[in-house]
Amino acid sequence: MTDAVIDYDEALATYDPVMGFEVHVELNTDTKMFCGCATVFGAEPNSHVCPVCLGLPGALPVVNGKAVESAIRLGLALGCDIASWCRFARKNYFYPDMPKNFQTSQYDEPICFDGHLDVEIPAASGEGTETFRVEIERAHMEEDTGKSLHVGGATGRIQGAEYSLVDFNRAGIPLIEIVTKPIEGAGDRAPEIAKAYVATLRDLVKALGISDVKMEQGSVRCDANVSLRPIGTEKLGTRTETKNVNSLRSIERAVRYEISRQAAILDGGGSITQETRHWHEDTGVTTAGRPKSDADDYRYFPEPDLVPVAPAAELVEELRGTLPEPPAQRRKRLQSDWGYSDLEMRDVINAGAIDLIDESVAAGATPAGARKWWTGELARRANVEGKAIDEFNVTPAYVAELDGLVKGGRLNDSMARQVLEGVIDGEGSPTQVADARGLELVQDDGALEAAVDKVIAANEAIAAKVRDGKLNAAGALIGQVMKELKGQADAAKARELILAKLTG
Amino acid sequence: MTDYTRMTAAEIAAALASGDTTSVEVTQAHLDRIADVDGDIHAFLQVDAEGALAAAKAVDDARAAGEQLGALAGVPIAVKDILATKGLETTAGSKILEGWIPPYDATVVSKLRAAGMPILGKTNMDEFAMGSSTEHSAYGPTRNPWDPERIPGGSGGGSAAAVAAFEAPLAIGTDTGGSIRQPASVTGTVGTKPTYGGVSRYGIIALASSLDQAGPCTRSVLDAALLHEVIGGHDVMDSTSIDAPVPPVVEAARRGDVSGMKIGVIKGISGEGFQPGVKQLFDESVQLLVDRGASVVEVECPSFEKGLAAYYLIMPSEASSNLARYDAMRYGLRVGPEGVDSPSAEQVMAATREAGFGDEVKRRVILGTYALSAGYYDAYYGQAQKVRTLIARDFAAAYEKVDVLVTPTAPTTAFKLGEKLDDPMAMYLNDVATIPANLAGVPGMSIPNGLAAEDGLPSGFQILAPATKDERLYEVAAALEAALHDKWGAPILAQAPALAGKAAG
Repeated sequence: MTDAVIDYDEALATYDPVMGFEVHVELNTDTKMFCGCATVFGAEPNSHVCPVCLGLPGALPVVNGKAVESAIRLGLALGCDIASWCRFARKNYFYPDMPKNFQTSQYDEPICFDGHLDVEIPAASGEGTETFRVEIERAHMEEDTGKSLHVGGATGRIQGAEYSLVDFNRAGIPLIEIVTKPIEGAGDRAPEIAKAYVATLRDLVKALGISDVKMEQGSVRCDANVSLRPIGTEKLGTRTETKNVNSLRSIERAVRYEISRQAAILDGGGSITQETRHWHEDTGVTTAGRPKSDADDYRYFPEPDLVPVAPAAELVEELRGTLPEPPAQRRKRLQSDWGYSDLEMRDVINAGAIDLIDESVAAGATPAGARKWWTGELARRANVEGKAIDEFNVTPAYVAELDGLVKGGRLNDSMARQVLEGVIDGEGSPTQVADARGLELVQDDGALEAAVDKVIAANEAIAAKVRDGKLNAAGALIGQVMKELKGQADAAKARELILAKLTG
Repeated sequence: MTDYTRMTAAEIAAALASGDTTSVEVTQAHLDRIADVDGDIHAFLQVDAEGALAAAKAVDDARAAGEQLGALAGVPIAVKDILATKGLETTAGSKILEGWIPPYDATVVSKLRAAGMPILGKTNMDEFAMGSSTEHSAYGPTRNPWDPERIPGGSGGGSAAAVAAFEAPLAIGTDTGGSIRQPASVTGTVGTKPTYGGVSRYGIIALASSLDQAGPCTRSVLDAALLHEVIGGHDVMDSTSIDAPVPPVVEAARRGDVSGMKIGVIKGISGEGFQPGVKQLFDESVQLLVDRGASVVEVECPSFEKGLAAYYLIMPSEASSNLARYDAMRYGLRVGPEGVDSPSAEQVMAATREAGFGDEVKRRVILGTYALSAGYYDAYYGQAQKVRTLIARDFAAAYEKVDVLVTPTAPTTAFKLGEKLDDPMAMYLNDVATIPANLAGVPGMSIPNGLAAEDGLPSGFQILAPATKDERLYEVAAALEAALHDKWGAPILAQAPALAGKAAG
């Protein structure tokens, strides 16, 4: 059964949406949060477990110092205060994947608190961008749960399954949970801001190098809270919490859907149930999960098995020194360095190609050439094949090499495309592919001149037009020359030669 | 023939070192003693004769090969069933862990193995260490070797009884609110709770993580010190363990000098409301210390009287969380609910907990769950933590004036089996003198200081030292032990009645 929804614009004419996000980031530390087990994605089930992460009687946790450092670095990048003394707490609840039946997390003493993240969105005017500030309430450390596998049903869900298996490889992998304060004032741009917030946060985490940030593998997981209040009122409405929305596009859609759904209920005189909701990627709707009160009774208390975390001020300052250039600032700098227009830069960002272009330029590519390949052919293919652009056999070094071959005059554009095909197909480096396929512009002026002469002689009518000053007609002759030389001619040179012969 | 079961660990170690005997011989003597008397005492839940003899053989071979061995190499030991032992069933006295064979050793157990100490078996205890009488074991009570109709104390009654009944020269106990010291008191043995964090908790099935502490159960102060040195020290697997060397306890136990020392007698826990014979023995013991050159100062610790209440909030709160993992899904007992064809996981869990947890465990889990629940946290757990801070302050203030504090260990001698079983509050009151040390994390020791006039049963003398100053316990205890031996001409346990059994028959 699908809930009633009303038109989004209509909803926003009446209601003011307030959002909140809880983003879980899985850290890429070598070992788990509280034990020495390896953190490997996709390993044989239960192959990376020990008494500690299995919660066996008597086993005790020990905090992973690297994870604490990652949390501090993220907190600093978010402009947070870093607690000089904080503790872990036990969050007591039952969950089939959770070996101890409590989660070791942080409660009223998070390691990072009171920060903000500036999110850039296209300006309402349509020109340039504007900045929307999202206030961060806290970022705290915790451990991940295991994973259930439901066997025997048609859908892989628990409903209809004959039995369930649990893989504890993920149990105990370090997480940082970043919680926003209520995001007010987003208005009809709420879904867009939602997406931009998660994307900006993801970029920041990636720049810090503390996570693989693979949303599709669950290393970044987002819960989206949405509530509505009548425009002009202050009191927050009842919220829903849509769990595990795991792509940027879905976040935008899920927020949009929740606004339309809640507005339909409120318009009908109903009230919103405070509950968790599940997002369905295929149908684009959310459905009810479990009711959730404001004070779920997790019976938090300080984790007595762990000593408090008290990062020294010197350590915090040392970590501050390791922060990368903020992604937004870096984008501005690179755009200026590379001489891209706003539009070009936006394409680059949308293609997720900034780092690749940066590395390509560092490897010797021209900024224009690097942009052309990454946001052109590679982005197109990635889109068609549903891949990320860095998943092909194409490295920044190869792009630099390819760009060099074009700029050096060995390849023309269409030949370069063929070379790229070969690289993607794993035939080797651009030079190797060009060599193997015999792709090389005819450099021999004699051969080019002979071809030009032949084409002019065979197309006297067109040649006459050019002689009469209709230079555009030369294009047809160039085409013929290319054909004559099986595409391996330098078109610019051919044009030069034709014009010289006919008008010179 | 030499009776190795009557020797202290230090004496056995000397006999082994001199080549007078072998670990196999000594271990076998204790296994025989267990076979003779444990039917009456029930100190052991598991006896691992094969494992103990194999370890004994290995240490004998090592000695023969001239290897450098530790002070207690070859001396057998019993281990409370709350410590995980690889390959050996570990139940914490609970049905819910019946059949659980840990895939790993507790750090204390690893250290015993590394020290070449054969592990005789696992000793009985109150379920999950909840109790002061070992009557709450799911596998039946342990009996006091002084009088089988009486309790051996708890929760580590099995460990204390094994040592008192000469079934083991040494045992490991754990003390959350007095579970090493109170059994020591009622069985005439020496029980030590080191400073919190002085011995690793890794692999000790948690009752209350912030209070639990493993320690030695022995028949002499020197034995306690020798064992303390084996099991103590920092452990990277336990972040609450102290990163410092083990205090010089053996040296202190050998010296036993209290001249010039200030002994603090705590007002309020110095005998008021205690059994008259217990109080009398306490006063006599204090006098013996004075005779040896110590001076006595009376100190006030006003928060101590609130310790019991705070303890009975903090301990069940932590226990309720620690015990949540026993869900019938991964190890231990699993019981299907009756009359349900295909039960849900929750139904199986409920049925298993109903069958697998005893009344005392259920009582404390419910109490702890309630104390932590929303709206009650501040009133209960939060207040209890404040009391804990006050108690620590009382200790700190007292130790500015005195070197150690002393009290009777338990208010009474061993009571009769069943006597307090229906009265949890009466049972809890047994720990009134021992609990403050756990709340503050300071070390404590109980040594036998005589037989109470009215019932002829052992009484205990408790010494409490500042955190990390464990050596002071041994210094004072060794002095008192020496004074008492002079008085009696022998250790108090020499007066224990002979136990029925093959050896006696």
